[in-house]
Amino acid sequence: MVRAVTSFGRSGLSDWLVQRVSGVILLAYFLFIGCNLIGGVDYIAWKALFAQTWVRVFSLMALLSLAAHAWIGIWAVLTDYLTERLMGTKGNVLRVALQLLVIVTIFVYVVWGVQILWGY
Amino acid sequence: MLKVSIYRYNPEVDDKPYMQDFDFDTQGKDLMVLDVLEQLKAQDTTITYRRSCREGVCGSDGLNMNGKNGLACITPLSATVKGNKLVLRPLPGLPVVRDLIVDMSMFYAQYEKVQPYLQNNSPAPAIERLQSPEDRAKLDGLYECILCACCSTSCPSFWWNPDRFIGPAGLLQSYRFLADSRDTATEERLAKLDDPFSVFRCHGIQNCVNVCPKGLNPTRAIGHIRNMLLSRAT
Ligand code: SF4
Ligand code: SF4
Ligand code: FES
Repeated sequence: MVRAVTSFGRSGLSDWLVQRVSGVILLAYFLFIGCNLIGGVDYIAWKALFAQTWVRVFSLMALLSLAAHAWIGIWAVLTDYLTERLMGTKGNVLRVALQLLVIVTIFVYVVWGVQILWGY
Repeated sequence: MLKVSIYRYNPEVDDKPYMQDFDFDTQGKDLMVLDVLEQLKAQDTTITYRRSCREGVCGSDGLNMNGKNGLACITPLSATVKGNKLVLRPLPGLPVVRDLIVDMSMFYAQYEKVQPYLQNNSPAPAIERLQSPEDRAKLDGLYECILCACCSTSCPSFWWNPDRFIGPAGLLQSYRFLADSRDTATEERLAKLDDPFSVFRCHGIQNCVNVCPKGLNPTRAIGHIRNMLLSRAT
């Protein structure tokens, strides 16, 4: 019915599902990190924690979830407020420009995150 | 004296909308907001609004009263007046035709999209298509909608995307036919709702539930549609 080529999964249902699932993963991850921080950590313990492959995989999952979650959320906000109906052509230009900026930012953070997780 | 402030705009003579204030003597009666409008219109015949049934049935006098959408004819002053003041504005988010009258085209266009009529390709039986009492009960809370637009015009998602988000009223009617045991177009109906706007712009803010003068719950209907889409796709 509506074309939404820049939406995450191009279907409202898949965007919605990804948003819920990524939300749950993020919650689990932040609880996990929180539990590890609560007693206080030093460098050795922190490094040992992230030396385990499953922690890195879990972290990567959280990172990708954050990327997807952020994109879907920001996409929804941009397509609410910066639209042709509200602002004319300027709305389209502004929206696409910001979408590009967000995509590039998210991409950089993901690559950087992977580098941190596996680089040390 | 009740202070009544009414949104006035006549595009033929006014550059921009303005608020006009009236002092109104209720004579101690708990009138309906529509009664106040009728009496004010007797003084100033240029005040313009829609009304017909004056008993909450036709859905034509949806207004924004002290910030909340509702039907003027069944909203008593005691339910809306705060600090002796009554502010009347047209339903938000739709173009104003004049004073309290909005152009409902976008609202109806969304309603039309959900094909709000029974579709069944099997040959019609001699008398009628029967439905069990249980199946009939599934339509309760859906069929009562009077299309007053109070819900959709209170929904921020509808304000921003009235051309792409069907809105609570349209979606309630969409579900009314999805839930009907006699309707056989379920798959075609669902296929049209899967894009990121039609249904999924609903963020569950529940303004719609809060204002519906018929006490209906569009958010719940939207949840049912989402679940139908989910079980269809997974
Ligand atoms: S659901 Fe309620 S508020 Fe919305 S159009 Fe129908 S009757 Fe009016
Ligand atoms: S629950 Fe959905 S449809 Fe109702 S007001 Fe909120 S966003 Fe709009
Ligand atoms: S005049 Fe008909 S609903 Fe109010």
